[in-house]
Amino acid sequence: MKLLTLNFLTCARRACKSSADAFPLHPRDVELEIVEAEPNPSFLSNILPRLEWPALVTLCAELGLPGLPAEAPEVAELTSGEDGKGGKLAEDLHRLLLETTVKEGALVCGNCGHEYKVKEGIANFLLPSHLV
Amino acid sequence: MLPTPSTSHVSFDNVYEPAEDSFLLLDTLSASSETHFLHERFGQPSSATEGIVDSPQGAPLIVEVGTGSGVVLAFVNAHADVLFGHRHILTLGTDINSFACRATETTVEKASAEAPNGHGIFLDAVNMDLTAAIRPGTVDVLIFNPPYVPTAELPNLSQHHQYNTHNPSTGNSFEQDSHLLSLSYAGGVEGMETTNRLLEQLPEILDPERGVAYLLLCAQNKPEKVKEHIRGLGAGWLVETVGASGKHGGWEKLQILRIWRAGSPPAT
Repeated sequence: MKLLTLNFLTCARRACKSSADAFPLHPRDVELEIVEAEPNPSFLSNILPRLEWPALVTLCAELGLPGLPAEAPEVAELTSGEDGKGGKLAEDLHRLLLETTVKEGALVCGNCGHEYKVKEGIANFLLPSHLV
Repeated sequence: MLPTPSTSHVSFDNVYEPAEDSFLLLDTLSASSETHFLHERFGQPSSATEGIVDSPQGAPLIVEVGTGSGVVLAFVNAHADVLFGHRHILTLGTDINSFACRATETTVEKASAEAPNGHGIFLDAVNMDLTAAIRPGTVDVLIFNPPYVPTAELPNLSQHHQYNTHNPSTGNSFEQDSHLLSLSYAGGVEGMETTNRLLEQLPEILDPERGVAYLLLCAQNKPEKVKEHIRGLGAGWLVETVGASGKHGGWEKLQILRIWRAGSPPAT
């Protein structure tokens, strides 16, 4: 699963929905895989307003990936530069959001501690019946 | 006519095979009345800013709940430019059946590869119950072709965890495949038990300003009663039948409701 997907996911437990600690989910023992995707700077500009930037910064730190700026960039920064492709920042974001995938491992809720498995790239958010 | 995504790689022993209901969704979403609605709602890229959507909210997130083979989500992702007027959309699928999630990933990727200049960005197919793990307020377009067949009871989920896992040594048992398939059609009382749970989630899961849902129903689901229920969700909720097929004894056999809120969003 793509790291960008994690921007839209939270703990599946009803009781965690209102907790700020249920997002972002925290990766545990994950195996990452790079899956090449076609670069498209104008896509990035459109994704930027959707990103929860502090959560993304946390995710990068927890995965040991190269750090992002603490503050979200402006849309214009992603289409700047000589070629209009935003240079290194756009490249880094493209790699991080659209090419870096979780192949195996787990995602953990920071509120209840429940662990969701990822197997062969598919995350399983089904809860055992006593947690529904 | 836009091409229908290929599902030739999908095993229909345990994943719902695209049928009349799936195709009605494709026809409805690509009809000019619906593409007009979606273009208005989700902005056109401005030529001056080279593909940057006017809306400050950014790329809309399209979520299909219960993707099955993935044929509907693949269609939406592959033909983003036709449906939305631009290709800057994100698509995400959910299904309770992990085999359906795998099938969906392949279906979407194949269909997108055949539409190199018009497709959106497919995120993932995630194994979950309805929208359980999706962040509240993030879904701009929700699409649901539910298990709508009236049945005495809903599938028993006590063995679901085992049935949801592929066993490479023995292969899938008949009971396993039957269970997984039943999740795609068995709807309980009036065929509405699962749909009612989804309807309860709508106000929370949809983007409060631009969120819209497409819901498929059959005649036994009592669509007029469902529409009344939606109007009763609170001030501003709107619902309209935007697609229908197959008259049976004067009744539309299947229909698609568009559910959204009034006063949203600004047109530009």
